[in-house]
Formats: sequence, C-alpha cells, structure tokens
Amino acid sequence: MIPEIGHYALVLALILALVQTFMPLVGAARGQVSWMAVGEPAAIAQFLLCLVSFASLTWAYLVSDFSVLNVVNNSHSLKPLIYKISGVWGNHEGSMLLWVLILTLFGAAVAVFGGNLPRALRARVLSVQAGIGVGFMLFTLLTSNPFERLNPAPVDGQGLNPLLQDPGLAFHPPMLYLGYVGFSMAFSFAIAALIEGRVDPAWARWVRPWTLTAWCFLTGGIALGSWWAYYELGWGGWWFWDPVENASFMPWLAGTALLHSAIVVEKRDALKSWTILLAILTFSLSLLGTFIVRSGVLNSVHSFASDPARGVFILGFLIFVVGGSLLLYAIRAPSLKLGGLFQPMSREGALVLNNLLLATACGTVLVGTLYPLLLDAVTGEKVSVGPPFFNAVFIPLMVPLIGALAVGPLLAWKRGDLAGALQRLKFAAAFALLLAAIAFWLEGKAPLLAPLGMALFGWLVLGALIEWTERIRLFRVPLAESFARARGLPRAAWGMTVAHLGVGLVVLGITASETWQTEKLGIMRPAERVTVGPYEFVFEGARQVAGPNYTALRGRFRVERGGEFVTYLHPEQRRYPVPPMETTEAAIRPTIFSDLYAVIGESDGKGGHATRLYHKPLVSWIWIGSLVMMAGGFLSLSDRRYRVGAPVRRRGAAAQPALPQKA
Amino acid sequence: MKLRPHHIAPVAIFAIVAVFLYWGLYLNPRQIPTALKSKPVPEFELPPVQGRSLGLSSEHLRAGEVTLVNVFASWCVPCRIEHPLLMELHAKEEVTIHGLNYKDPPRQAAAFLDELGDPYSRTGADPTGRVGIDWGVYGVPETFVVTRDGRIACKHIGPLTPNDVRDKIVPLVRALKADPKQEKTC
Repeated sequence: MIPEIGHYALVLALILALVQTFMPLVGAARGQVSWMAVGEPAAIAQFLLCLVSFASLTWAYLVSDFSVLNVVNNSHSLKPLIYKISGVWGNHEGSMLLWVLILTLFGAAVAVFGGNLPRALRARVLSVQAGIGVGFMLFTLLTSNPFERLNPAPVDGQGLNPLLQDPGLAFHPPMLYLGYVGFSMAFSFAIAALIEGRVDPAWARWVRPWTLTAWCFLTGGIALGSWWAYYELGWGGWWFWDPVENASFMPWLAGTALLHSAIVVEKRDALKSWTILLAILTFSLSLLGTFIVRSGVLNSVHSFASDPARGVFILGFLIFVVGGSLLLYAIRAPSLKLGGLFQPMSREGALVLNNLLLATACGTVLVGTLYPLLLDAVTGEKVSVGPPFFNAVFIPLMVPLIGALAVGPLLAWKRGDLAGALQRLKFAAAFALLLAAIAFWLEGKAPLLAPLGMALFGWLVLGALIEWTERIRLFRVPLAESFARARGLPRAAWGMTVAHLGVGLVVLGITASETWQTEKLGIMRPAERVTVGPYEFVFEGARQVAGPNYTALRGRFRVERGGEFVTYLHPEQRRYPVPPMETTEAAIRPTIFSDLYAVIGESDGKGGHATRLYHKPLVSWIWIGSLVMMAGGFLSLSDRRYRVGAPVRRRGAAAQPALPQKA
Repeated sequence: MKLRPHHIAPVAIFAIVAVFLYWGLYLNPRQIPTALKSKPVPEFELPPVQGRSLGLSSEHLRAGEVTLVNVFASWCVPCRIEHPLLMELHAKEEVTIHGLNYKDPPRQAAAFLDELGDPYSRTGADPTGRVGIDWGVYGVPETFVVTRDGRIACKHIGPLTPNDVRDKIVPLVRALKADPKQEKTC
C-alpha cells in the first residue's frame, strides 16, 4: 500500500508541476495576479508530494519490502541500516526520485523565501522550475518507476553493490545532486530574465546566493567522491578523469565562473549577457552530466541499446531544455541593455580573465569527454582520451588562473592599478620564489611541477592574506583598529579570502602528493620489512575476519619511523556474499603532514601477499582545502546582504527608481 | 529585433553536439586499431562472475597459452548476437576464451551465462569498469586475441560475425599457436 501512495503522490506532483509551468507564466505575461499567485502554493505542495513519494520508497527499503522490484534489486535484509537508507538513491530509479525531490525543494524555497522578489519574476522563475520538474517526473514515471511491484515477492533482495556500501559514498549522491540541481535556480532565473528582457544588479543579488549554495554542495560532493575513490578503490589515486567524474567537474567549473561573473553584474551592472549564458550553460552541463551518467553513452555507446527508451528520453529532454534556452538566448540577448564600461586592467577585467580561463578549462574537459564520440561519428576512428590529455591541457590553464587569482582582488573596480597591486604582492612573490627554490632543491631533478606548484601555493596563500591585511590595514593602524575593521568586514569578503585560501591548500596537496609520493608494490611475507619514504612497514601477517555482512582478509602492518613504533595498519580485502563481490579497503593513517596508505591483496599460495604501500605527503590537504573552499562559500552566503528581507531590497529598489515593473 | 552571430553561436554549437550525441547512440561498432596492440595486457586481477569459481588476472593471460578475451555484459544486445559463435568456438576447443564482464550487475551477469551458456574458461567481473578503462574498452562487445606471453595481438570491436571468426580470429589464433615468435597481428 505504501509504495502505491508514493507512486500516486509522484503522479499528483507531476500534475501540479504541469499547472505550475503554465499558469504563473501566462499570468505574468497577461499581468493577472491571481494566475501568478498559483505558483507558490503549487511549488510547496509539489515539494510535499515528492517528499511523501521519497519517504514511501525509503519506507519500503527500511522494512525490506521485497514486493517492490527496486528494493529487491538494491537491498538485502542483512544490510546495515545506513546502507538500507543510502540504497534508496544508490540506484537509477531512486536517484531520479532524489533528483526530483531536490528540484522541488529548491522550487519550494523560492516560494517560501522569495517574498521580496518582484512578483512577475518570481512567477516566471517558478514556472521554469516546474517545467524542468515536469520533464524529470515524466522521465521517472515513464521509464524508471521506482515503485514497480514484483509478484511473487522473493524471500530476500540482491543487495547493494558493496563498493557503494560506504559512509563516504552514502552521502556523495545527495551532496552532488544538491549541487547539480541547485544550478537549476540560476537557470530558472536566467530564463525568467530573458523572458522579461531585463537583467539588473537586483537580479544578480538574487541569483548569487542560489548559485553559491549549489556551488558549495557541488564542491563538497566532488571532494567526497574523490575521497571515496582514494580510500575505496585502493589505487592511491584520487582523480581519474573518468567520464563520470568529468560530468560533475564541468558544472563545477562553469558554476565557479558564474559565481564570479554574477559579482560583476551585481556590483557593476556589466557582463549581463555573458552571465545569463553561463547560467544556462552551467545547468545544461548538469543535465549533460546526468545524461552521461544515466545513459552510459560515453563509457559504452552500446549500453544504450539496453534501454533505448531511457536514452532517447533524456536526450530529447536535453535538446528541448538546452536547445530551447539557448535559442531563447539567441533571440532575446540582443535586447539586453549593455552595462557599465571598464578598463581591461580592473577588477572586472580580472574577473573576465577568470571567466575566460574557467570557461576554457570547462570546454577542454567537455571536448576531452565527448571527443571520442565525435571522432567516432565523423571518421569512425576510436580513441580514448585519458589523464595525459587532461593533464597536458589543464595545468597550463590553471597556472595563469591561480597567478591572476592573487592579483584580481587587489585591483579596483572600473580602473585598476596593476603596478600598485604587484607592488603590494612583493612579499607573496618573494615567498613563492623561496618555496620554489626549496622545492627545486628537495626534488633535485628536472620536473618543474614541484617548484611551479609550490610557487603557486605560496603566491596564492600569501596573496590572499595580503589582500585581507590591506582591508583591515593591519600593521598600518593600531592593532585594535585593525581588529575592529576585521569584525566589520562583510562576511562575503571573509568568504572570498577563505575560499581562495582553500584553493591554495588544494594546490599544495596536489603538488606535494604527486611529487613526493613513495610507492612500494610487491609480494611480502610475514616479518618482512619495507622502507617507504621515511617510514618502515613490517608485515605481521594476514588472517580471515568476519564483518557484519562480509568476510575479509585482514593484513597487519607495523609502521616504524627511525626504530620508533608509529602505528598499526589493517588493510582488508572484503568479500561480500550478496551481491558476490570483492572490495579493497585500504588502511590509511591520515595526518596533516602525510598519509600512510596500505593495501593488501590475494595470497600467492606460498605464505606471501601482494601488498601496495604508499607514503603520500600532504595529500589530506586536497580535501581539507576543498572543505575550506566550501566553508568560504557558506561564510559568504551568511552575508547579511543575502539574508531574507535584508535591507538590500530597499536599497536595490532605490537604486533603480526609473525601471518600472514590467507586466 | 536583430540577431547577432555571437548570440546564435551557443545554440548552433549545441545543435551540432546534439546531433553527434544522437548519432552516438546508434553508432555501429567497427574494427579499430588499438593503442594497446602488441603491448602486454594491462595488469589487473578480478574475481569471477557470480556462481563461477575461476577469476581472471593478467597472470592467467601470460600462462603460455593463446587466449581470447571477450568483453561482454548482459545489457549489451550485440553480445547476445555473438554469443552462439563463442559457444561454438568453445565447443570446437579451438581456443581458450576468457570473459571480462564489463559494468554488469552480478546477478544479471550470472543469469546471462546461465541462460545462454558459458563459453568462458575464466571470467573476471568488472562492475565498476575500472579494468575496462585499462583495456581501452570502448563499446561492448570487444574481443582481444592475446599471445602466449600476454601481449594483445588483435582487438575486435563489436560483435563477432561468422566471417570475422573464420577469416580473422581463427587464422590468427592458429598462426600464434604454431609459432610462438609470430609477430602477426590483425
């Protein structure tokens, strides 16, 4: 009964979404307030219905209702509770339901918190948001119904892929989707603005917090995914340029560009047309990512043949949404008024450079991801584009981006003083050179990655700190006054400094772990000793152990440094009975200085075991840095300008008295 | 209202990409040269498909026997088409065939082999596709001919046809079996 309620609720939500797509839009065009007013209650009701639907599926998982096909395929009665819950979105149908739920959550948020939006804009945003919802609900109901029943019901389920039975991955999809779907807000606002033919600073002030929220979650989601790959796949790597990873990275790059260009719209009323385009592209890339992940078109063109209905539906929807919105852009963008002018060497100019580099980087990833498909279609030649391509083109794009990142915030709006900014960055430059020299001395050899990476780290971190000390005039005025200034600094300014520091930490983590990593592979026998970096690993043997729903081969390594005991590491090779599968559980001892990483493999039958041991200096900073970036985003989000009902609205309205409300 | 080229460019580019994406769905697998040709097989080690006891690793491909490695998945329709040919090759004991099960739910992979027959001496289950990436797997099915010392002599993309087997795979396998130093590829 409960699954049927969920199914029914989803159908009702679809009908509401249809109503919400048309009525507010038509109402806004005709200026009918009563029609526009349909949007808010419809959006809230839609969210509640999707919540009921999602809760019903979760219930079916919790009580292990094996008359539901989806539960049978992805759950098992012996599975720990947390994975029963995460199993809900650990599969195609459930993840689409989660997608829809988050989409309607954002729609409801506009309805609840959008009280100070102009009425017509709010109506149009809600309509566009509901339109996206219609597409996804139809897709879920028609091709991927999670509530499908099975008769007769089997005694037990098939279990969840053990690779997904992991706390890191349990929360990865919801975070990622909050990011992906969050960009739908920027998209809806962009389409609404195109329909109205008007973009102004108030619009940007509305779009920015939504974009920032989505960006924070996407940053967290990607970091979580990469952390999972690091400890669960047992390769010691943390990023593989896999199409699925790229699918989440492209919207991140575009979203980062959007965040920055929206600042220019907000502060200077410029770059409007570009910002609209970025908003459309960011969400389009999220959709493309869904298409790639859900269809498998890139990993294998033929996985499509298995269920053509699904692939063709998503592609059709993609063409309708992306093609339609870009067409609308082509028609309406020329009517957008040009905004403020600025010199190339200015804060705006630096943000344009940021956008150019990020957009190019995003384009590069897109080309690298789609190139095999395009080449095959044109010439019949098949290639796979791997990490060498991405590393070769990505690093040259990131170097100037990070180089400019320290300078940009020191430039004034409209017309900046580059010489002055560089003058103020002289300590950062000196520090960068010093770090590069140390790295070069440590490395000794030719690869320039280490000195370059360390220099960028030094430049960026010190640059961000210098910008901050300039703002609070540290050392120039008495300390108490600096302190007062720091307290008075807007949260958005704090957020920027923190997020930029986070980027620096990520650069540090990547550089150090890629350059100074030590890796030892080989067969080890008990009591054998291997030196890995400054540490010595002593293999103390391996034995079988039993887990809650698996058995495992558990190895034991004693780690010493200079004869002193450091720690024990217990890597596992787990064997799950349902579904039958083996997973590698690397044993990791993370510290802020370095990670010790051990993996154990099969026995060689002669008392030895295949082992992989790593010493990875500073690798944790990749994820700490990502967290810091995310924290910076949330800090900026807490700025009072963005808070609901903040005086912004009055100020915004006062600044634009000449613009009458359209409709 | 005036349309401007730089405003039309995004939708035009997207239109081209969309055409390719659609095209991509219906591409026919074709024989292609592989970057891995004549190179040693990538290092890997995989557990068997559910219900089978022998897993597959790069060790097994270097064991002094000419082998076929067939990449298959239950969701792949062309795999079903070529399957009888593999069964026939297996029955004739022409060559040892190993199966690499690519991105497949374990139960469905097992059901596939239970239903259609199991021509494989060993199977490797690669549910995440990580090993497939190393092998340069592009479209399923794919079939590799591997030499005695574990080098890739041939990569065939797409379903095998009776002609492929008769004119390409079997002659190559026989040549490689007859002369271990044979450098022949396809």
